[in-house]
Amino acid sequence: MSSNEQQDVKNLTRRKVLTAATGVVGAAGATFLAVPFVSSWQPSEKAKAAGAPVEADLSQMQPGQMLTVSWRGKPVWIVKRTSRMLELLPTLNANLRDPQSESSDQPAYCKNTFRSTKEEYLVVIGICTHLGCAPLYRPAEKSADMGDDWKGGFFCPCHGSTYDLAGRVFQGVPAPKNLEIPPYRYLSDSVIRIGEDPEEGVA
Amino acid sequence: MQTQENKPQNSLLAWIDARYPLVSTWNLHVGQYYAPKNFNFWYFFGSLALLVLVNQILTGVWLTMSFKPSAVEAFNSVEYIMRDVEWGWLIRYLHSTGASAFFIVIYLHMMRGLLYGSYKNPRELIWLIGMLLFLVLMAEAFMGYLLPWGQMSFWGAQVIISLFGAIPVIGPDLAVWIRGDFVISDATLNRFFALHVIALPLVLIILVFMHIVALHQVGSNNPDGVEIKKYKNDQGLPIDGIPFHPYYSVKDLFGTSVFLFFFAVVVFYMPEGGGYFLEKPNFEPANPLKTPDHIAPVWYFTPFYAILRAVPDKLLGVAAMGGAIAVLFAMPWLDRCKVKSIRYRGVSYKILLTMLVVSFVVLGWLGTQPATPELTKLARIFTAAYFLFFIILPFTSVSERTKPVPERVS
Repeated sequence: MSSNEQQDVKNLTRRKVLTAATGVVGAAGATFLAVPFVSSWQPSEKAKAAGAPVEADLSQMQPGQMLTVSWRGKPVWIVKRTSRMLELLPTLNANLRDPQSESSDQPAYCKNTFRSTKEEYLVVIGICTHLGCAPLYRPAEKSADMGDDWKGGFFCPCHGSTYDLAGRVFQGVPAPKNLEIPPYRYLSDSVIRIGEDPEEGVA
Repeated sequence: MQTQENKPQNSLLAWIDARYPLVSTWNLHVGQYYAPKNFNFWYFFGSLALLVLVNQILTGVWLTMSFKPSAVEAFNSVEYIMRDVEWGWLIRYLHSTGASAFFIVIYLHMMRGLLYGSYKNPRELIWLIGMLLFLVLMAEAFMGYLLPWGQMSFWGAQVIISLFGAIPVIGPDLAVWIRGDFVISDATLNRFFALHVIALPLVLIILVFMHIVALHQVGSNNPDGVEIKKYKNDQGLPIDGIPFHPYYSVKDLFGTSVFLFFFAVVVFYMPEGGGYFLEKPNFEPANPLKTPDHIAPVWYFTPFYAILRAVPDKLLGVAAMGGAIAVLFAMPWLDRCKVKSIRYRGVSYKILLTMLVVSFVVLGWLGTQPATPELTKLARIFTAAYFLFFIILPFTSVSERTKPVPERVS
């Protein structure tokens, strides 16, 4: 091999190293450049700050009535359950996917049979855990559109998921979890504040 | 010889041609692009898709001049376009009808590919680029549907974005990232507007360009599924080919007039398409607290939506829906039969393809209906039939009893 050829081989190797190095540096640069563009899609500070608690007055509610309030842009339902409704809830366990709410989302103080702090009032986020529709309130037993086995609950019109009156999901429907319970506390016997835990005051 | 012929006579053309490959580009893709002489009805839909794309871009640009991409103003600005903007109603109906027309044309265009084996060697890349186009078109249509900010816009987007939430581990954060908020909001509307009017149309145009370049590299398939490049005359031109212009440009002009006739009937006499092109709940402004009693996506998404609903598990349902689209990408490799056209293929492929088309149409209808237990059962059967096509095909296509394929087009 002549020295000229050796020189060429050396140059070729050097060129390959330089090309690879340029590629690596360029790729790293492109990755850093992508950060602001990707992060720009995250919720803005304004959107994050818009989570103020809301209050609702329950004094005018009739047994069986449902009230909808908007919290963080989501519907929150408050249902005043009748004693008959409360009686039925424990009897449904065998047909539920997660009767003890083991893999569902709720504050610790609502992880109980009735999924509430006061048995009477169910407070729940009205967004189906399947794909985010707002289910319909079907409180009556044997409700006309729900069939004879229906014991009262919620029905999602989008994909047919069903929940009982504690927001617990039934088996054999697409929704994977029970409806989410938001943090809330009672300011008095009849006024509730959604978005705050009882102890700390702020969620 | 060839260059001599191509030399422009006109001096302006000569001036341009010395600086830009105008004549040669024209000849390569239009003037001397030789296409098989036996194109039939099914071959209208490629050029029609291009026509609808132009319609969408033209009317879309005009709509942006009066539309306000904000949660407070969007719904009213669409009403403003419909009532107060000169000819606004026409431009808006051309755009909304165009969206449905786009999918009708594209579905027929894909059907043509399945009938005549246009996805097979050497046209796999054309098929793959085409499938990417289909995917981007679905994203484009979905984002466009949010913009009028009606009840269906809102809840449709809520459901589709929640699909991403089903992905394990990263799902919930991904859904928030796409929305730019914890719920569908002004931020979502504004970014969908940006993607709908700039980002995705650019991607579409680039992909259409690549689709055509790839097609012209290998040449068009035809209803007989034979390669016309096999038999050439002494000038090196395919014997069974004819130049795209004027032969097929004139044929497509005829197809265009027939298409525009039907298109105009819809635009002028039934712009809502019976509630399928523009859904009734969308004439109500978005209300984040109340889902309409019955929600269904626009008709062109309903087959995939029915598959989603058929599976009683969140993650598996989303996977089945994604899989129904993804499996189409693999067609060139799932179908192992050497014969391209259905004219010379065995009975098995004809039965399977019929099963696929029937399943797709029935699922499309089911997707528009409420999810009653009986209909859900039906959706499960046809979902199984849809996937069965892709599962059986690799096995039957190897040993298919095909008919002899002619040497040249018949």
